[in-house]
Amino acid sequence: MRNPLAITATVLALLAGPAHAQISDGIVKIGVLNDQSSLYADLAGQGSVVAARMAVEDFGAAAKGLKVEIIFADHQNKADVGSQIARQWYDAEKVDLILDVPNSGVALAVNQITRDKGKAFIVSSAASSDLTGKACSPNTVHWTYDTWALANGTGNAIVKTGGDTWFFITADYAFGHALERDTEAVVVKTGGKVLGKVRHPLNNQDFSSFLLQAQASKAKIIGLANAGGDTTNAIKQGAEFGIVKGGQNFAGLLVFLTDVHALGLDKAQGLIFTETFYWDLNERTRAFAKRFAERNRGIHPTMIHAGAYAGTMHYLKAVEALKGDDGAKVIAKMKEMPTDDPLFGKGTIRADGRKIHPAYLVEVKKPAESKYPWDYYKVRTTIPAEQAFRPIDQGDCPLVKK
Amino acid sequence: MSSVGAEVESATPAEAPAGTLRHQAVAFVIMVAVLVVLPFFVYPIFLMKALCFALFACAFNLLIGYVGLLSFGHAAFLGAAGYVTAHAAKVWGWPPELAIVAGTATAAALGLAVGAVAIRSRGIYFANITLALAQMIYFFFLQAKFTGGEDGIQSVPRGTLFGFLDLRPTVTLYFVVLAIFLAGFLLVHRTIHSPFGQVIKAIRENEARAISLGYRPEHYKLIAFVLSATLSGLAGGTKAIVFQLASLTDVHWTMSGEVVLMTLLGGLGTVFGPVVGAFLLITIEHYLAQLGAWVTIVQGVIFVICVLAFRRGVVGELARLIRRPL
Amino acid sequence: MRGNLIVFQFLGIPPQALFGQLLIGLINGSFYALLSLGLSVIFGLLNIINFAHGAQYMMGAFVAYFLLQYAGLGYWWALLLTPVLMAGLGMALERTTLKRLYHLDHLYGLLLTFGFALIIQGVFRHAFGSSGLPYPIPPELAGGRNLGFMFLPNYRAWVIVFSVGVCLATWYVIEWTKLGSYLRAATENPALVRAFGINVPRMITLTYGFGVGLAALAGVLAAPIYQVNPLMGADLIIVVFAVVVIGGMGSIMGSIVTGFALGVVEGLTKVFYPEASNTVIFVIMAIVLLVRPTGLFGRAS
Repeated sequence: MRNPLAITATVLALLAGPAHAQISDGIVKIGVLNDQSSLYADLAGQGSVVAARMAVEDFGAAAKGLKVEIIFADHQNKADVGSQIARQWYDAEKVDLILDVPNSGVALAVNQITRDKGKAFIVSSAASSDLTGKACSPNTVHWTYDTWALANGTGNAIVKTGGDTWFFITADYAFGHALERDTEAVVVKTGGKVLGKVRHPLNNQDFSSFLLQAQASKAKIIGLANAGGDTTNAIKQGAEFGIVKGGQNFAGLLVFLTDVHALGLDKAQGLIFTETFYWDLNERTRAFAKRFAERNRGIHPTMIHAGAYAGTMHYLKAVEALKGDDGAKVIAKMKEMPTDDPLFGKGTIRADGRKIHPAYLVEVKKPAESKYPWDYYKVRTTIPAEQAFRPIDQGDCPLVKK
Repeated sequence: MSSVGAEVESATPAEAPAGTLRHQAVAFVIMVAVLVVLPFFVYPIFLMKALCFALFACAFNLLIGYVGLLSFGHAAFLGAAGYVTAHAAKVWGWPPELAIVAGTATAAALGLAVGAVAIRSRGIYFANITLALAQMIYFFFLQAKFTGGEDGIQSVPRGTLFGFLDLRPTVTLYFVVLAIFLAGFLLVHRTIHSPFGQVIKAIRENEARAISLGYRPEHYKLIAFVLSATLSGLAGGTKAIVFQLASLTDVHWTMSGEVVLMTLLGGLGTVFGPVVGAFLLITIEHYLAQLGAWVTIVQGVIFVICVLAFRRGVVGELARLIRRPL
Repeated sequence: MRGNLIVFQFLGIPPQALFGQLLIGLINGSFYALLSLGLSVIFGLLNIINFAHGAQYMMGAFVAYFLLQYAGLGYWWALLLTPVLMAGLGMALERTTLKRLYHLDHLYGLLLTFGFALIIQGVFRHAFGSSGLPYPIPPELAGGRNLGFMFLPNYRAWVIVFSVGVCLATWYVIEWTKLGSYLRAATENPALVRAFGINVPRMITLTYGFGVGLAALAGVLAAPIYQVNPLMGADLIIVVFAVVVIGGMGSIMGSIVTGFALGVVEGLTKVFYPEASNTVIFVIMAIVLLVRPTGLFGRAS
């Protein structure tokens, strides 16, 4: 059983060192806030905590005399729980940085609280492109990916290969709406048509009635604007109802390595989607994955875990350069410094808080093509960084000068 | 027909001996003193949460402890008021006092509607009906556009009270919330010890007799129900301003269960029971929050223990010890 | 599905959508009927609303999952063993705790079972998180057939057939057998029945166990299609309460008929007015209460 007190005590013991004058209370305290028990627990969860700790160690905090402490909590996918924890962390427990936060609804709430309190927020898991759009904030960096990048990569690719009529099955909250909206825009722009949409509650167990509606629409592509357990349930039940046999195909708009693992290659083969990290890309990512898997019960890193690692690393570099941990100032410094890490390569953070790096269009291998554990993807194309994310002037971000 | 809470009343003498109200007044002064001093030692946001729930529990206790009706759908009033207050403050730009009034009024209207349907039943049937009606209201809020569904209404401004008191500083807000709580608490107390309250007790003890004396029980029960719903709404609206968020959690039936637990733990039918119960439960939840599901387990265990062996609740047992109603 | 082209449309809705949703409605209705049957049986004799019914349904699914994972016993064994195991648990629960509350207001029974529901759900959530565990459809029932207007998985057809069977069997036992007549008599006048020498407390215990067994059976039925997860009973149980109120608390046939009927109504609502599909059952309940407070088939309390 996880015991946060024991873990933080251990971390502290490992990282004893002289305090820095301008670092608040002499400790850089990082809070990993995510879903530890529900449908998003595998793709982020404890893995993100592991990734953050690895970043702190690899950064060499102890040698540099920087005291770093990591705590974590479960927001249960509820905006009120998440915002109460965030508030408490900032007010009473002197947390300087909140990391991760899958579930765009919670992320938007934490985004606002972080801004009000002048702290820092690195979103390595939530997806809504509003975080660098209408809701952009000088205290927030959106790492890893967003709904626009997914829509752009996956939507474009699928329409170009003939999937020009769509039906959406959407998770009914901020993330699902954003993903559906961004994907619909891409489909329409490339000449496709959206024949229908249906919304389902988060963490839905029975997709039968939604799948029936999708079948009735006769759309070639059933776009799944959801993630985690919702996506895998929809695909599994789709197999029950003979969706693919009937000539339709699923488009997984947000799929993670752990979802493919849960589905199994026999059910997931042929799925095409966009990610910004794959553990088997090159030597550096493979080395990270090996170390990560050892500490995470053999589970290989998803792009979210990679984002948590890289985001923490860059944050600590900025704190070191600034010799302080004031929220807005550190974020500004992060935007100033170009990024370079073993997982995402070289990149930058834009004025609206959007981290830029290349994206990859991947296809799930057939069972016969997979040669070793977790060998799930073949990379079809690399989308260069400048094209992967929404152009900075299209987001309605008030921070961007027109 | 016996009812929940009747047991508590019978534990203390039927005729309040001289000095009962003095006892309660002393307890009241102690409570106020503690609450005034606490924010300087304990995280005020936590305290405000406890105060809102204490008010909610007092409102609920009015119904179960004195009228004898177990409503399993009170979350509907708490949450509905929260949503309306949040919307009024954020979208319509209303100052906090008007936003809270709007929320409270909504809860009152809902209370009237739900009460009108449910009040003809009693006991188990009443509980069942209020539960189902509240669930209907939950689904309405889930789907209504203005509530933001799973995301809730976020970034609700705290605003400026009566045009001059900025509510953003936490300590200022705390004392405003304390004032609201005390007002609600005193209103409940006044209601219980008024002629209206006497009629309610008479109806609870022997409804047939009350009818024969010319009272219409349905009317009295409905008024009590609406009052209970209104004060629950006051708690909900205040909570939305404090947390600057209105979410589905507050209209979900598990919230209805929580307020039952708070009141049961504190002591059904006692004046201070709900306050004690609310503070206890919020504290427990706070310390267990890290451990997710443990909160639910502990709540369940407390329920079981209270029902099987501790029906009078903390304050109820205390009252029995000192032989005065509390 | 690409085979037959049914050209007509009913009220602007293509028949695929209509019949497909109706069938899904019947499947949901099967669960409503099974669960409200259990609740009604328990309420009839014990006068307690078993709030733990949803949690017991969930435990049934989990027991089936455990039987498969740890004992290698498949679906058909689960269907047989799980209700028996859970009935035993239920009886133990009744004997040790519920019994003590019969002399008090029946609301305490409601609160006690609510507490148990919280404990059970909390424990399972703690151990298993809240996303679902997979349970495979038994191979004998895998696959499906193309009905022209939809592709019907065999397992879902089985759900309907099996639930109708169980409901009718229960109704038969209660209405037509001697055991059932003792039960009905004890519901109406326990003291008199006891005077005839029938062990009423034991009957009560057995009845509670039976109700719990029914819930667990529904859980096993649900495991292959609804993903075994700790929260599967939580929101479902509130709907079932509404079903029981509409059907009339304590009426066996009422629960069965209302359960299936409301499942169908829900399915229809999904076709014509999807936003209301969650609330339609509660709206119907409110209307029924205003017109006939004891429910459609209920006895006067």
